[in-house]
Amino acid sequence: MSRARAGGAVVPVFAALGFVFLLVPIAYTVLFSFNDAGKTNLAWRGFTLDAWRNPCGAPRVCSALVGSLQVGLVSTLVATALGTLLAVALVRGRFRGRGAVNLLVLVPMTTPEVVLGAALVSQFLSLRLPLGFGTVVVAHVMFCLSFVVVAVKARVATLDPALEQAAADLYATPWQAFWRVTFPLLLPGIAAAALLAFSLSFDDFIVTNFTSGGFGTFPKFVYVSAARGIPPQANVISSAMFVLALLAVALVHVGSRARRRR
Amino acid sequence: MSVLAALGRPPAAGEPASPQAPDVQRGTRRLLLPGVLYLVVFFVVPVGVLLATSFYARVPGGEIGEFAPALRWQNYPEALAKFWPQLSRSFGFAAVATLAALVVGYPMAYVIAVRARGRPGLQGLLVVLVVAPFFTSFILRTVAWKQILADGGQVVAALRWLHVLPPDGRLSAAPAAVVIGLTYSFLPFMVLPLFASLERLDPRLLEAGSDLYASPLTTFRTVTLPLSLPGVVAGTLLTFIPAVGDYVNSSLLGNNTTTTMVGQVIEQRFFRTVDYPTAAVLSVVLMVSILTLVTLYVRRAGTRDLV
Repeated sequence: MSRARAGGAVVPVFAALGFVFLLVPIAYTVLFSFNDAGKTNLAWRGFTLDAWRNPCGAPRVCSALVGSLQVGLVSTLVATALGTLLAVALVRGRFRGRGAVNLLVLVPMTTPEVVLGAALVSQFLSLRLPLGFGTVVVAHVMFCLSFVVVAVKARVATLDPALEQAAADLYATPWQAFWRVTFPLLLPGIAAAALLAFSLSFDDFIVTNFTSGGFGTFPKFVYVSAARGIPPQANVISSAMFVLALLAVALVHVGSRARRRR
Repeated sequence: MSVLAALGRPPAAGEPASPQAPDVQRGTRRLLLPGVLYLVVFFVVPVGVLLATSFYARVPGGEIGEFAPALRWQNYPEALAKFWPQLSRSFGFAAVATLAALVVGYPMAYVIAVRARGRPGLQGLLVVLVVAPFFTSFILRTVAWKQILADGGQVVAALRWLHVLPPDGRLSAAPAAVVIGLTYSFLPFMVLPLFASLERLDPRLLEAGSDLYASPLTTFRTVTLPLSLPGVVAGTLLTFIPAVGDYVNSSLLGNNTTTTMVGQVIEQRFFRTVDYPTAAVLSVVLMVSILTLVTLYVRRAGTRDLV
């Protein structure tokens, strides 16, 4: 063991450099939420809490945030519901065409977002659907769905199918067996999948840019204002979301540990 | 390709294949319907529409953006001839960024999975650090790189001092900046599957390697690396695929002449020049070449259970 570890001080050093590489832009984003920037936020001009005191101070930043939250919540709800059903059916069911359905779920993930965006907007244009909130939600549900299926499938695979058989033996309908037995056991996996779907939807730019028309989301706001310098309020909102997400992760973690202890 | 299962710590073995009670089976088939229908209507059909659009022809004497269904296959050679540089650049940049992410990400995954083994607190913290970027705005972080790599910044000054860059060398608006941005953006997608496969590595194998007088490097080359191959395959795919289609990095960190990637061209053809057939041709070419590359790569890597 000692020999295997001997040359090994180098590896942690490289890993540490990797972590620094990964975290520097986040630190930079948080730091610049405290920048006394005025309207543009390109160079450090001194510390202030102004943007934190008035996070909606920049025009349109909060309406864009609300747009993203609405899209994120609706898409997460729909994608998580559809994806959970698919995941359960794919792991539990023995039916013809199972391979084809698996492929149907996985191909969207191997398709670059520009292609998804271009395909959806082609369809919306040919149906003469007006682009906006509705088309963004449709698009987000589509690309979140696959991720939900993969995340929930991993969880379903750890469940003992005998539990459902026991429920069926005790005269539970498949529906009752699902809600009373399978669903509660899947809940941590479903919660994690929902968090993943929300973060994918909330932060999506490419598909949103194709399918949104004039509808504003937070990533679109940031992208459009990048040329002029992003207002520090955008950094405040991103930093606050970061803290909230870390809290959510901590809660899920604590929750699943408490569940395991029971 | 259950490659993405790596994101959610896949089960060690395959899915259970035990026979089911018939009524449970009938129930599961009904669960399938809404999701399958959704993907057919909003993925399969749109891709079909895109494919059809790639053959559309301009309406003679029509307005800008007026196209009619046709079988104009010449759209393909025309678009490819015109946008070959952007297309090949996309694959080149994505390949370099994927390789860089593998080099940067492997030690990270190794430290989390092997060195932090048995210390769940530290391991959890490091995993959270890897996924932390997911919780902040992707575009804000890309803009941060633009500022970090700016001409007057410390990074450029340090690289000039180290003679990595010539005295008047710069990173902003250069291919290097775009590749750095791509590497950064998709690094977590490289680290997580590598971590998942290295975590399953039995530490006794490493001890056995050193007991048999293998140097650490030999142990790595003959034991660790081959066993982590599924993670390498998954990670490179998860990095390469979004990187090829990305246009945020190339448009925010690049310039317009030497860094434009195909994603930008598709967006511009769609919304600015309203040239749907060309945008559709480039999208179809992108999708087909990626699917082909992925299939060939996965087959060659011999990890067919990934698909």
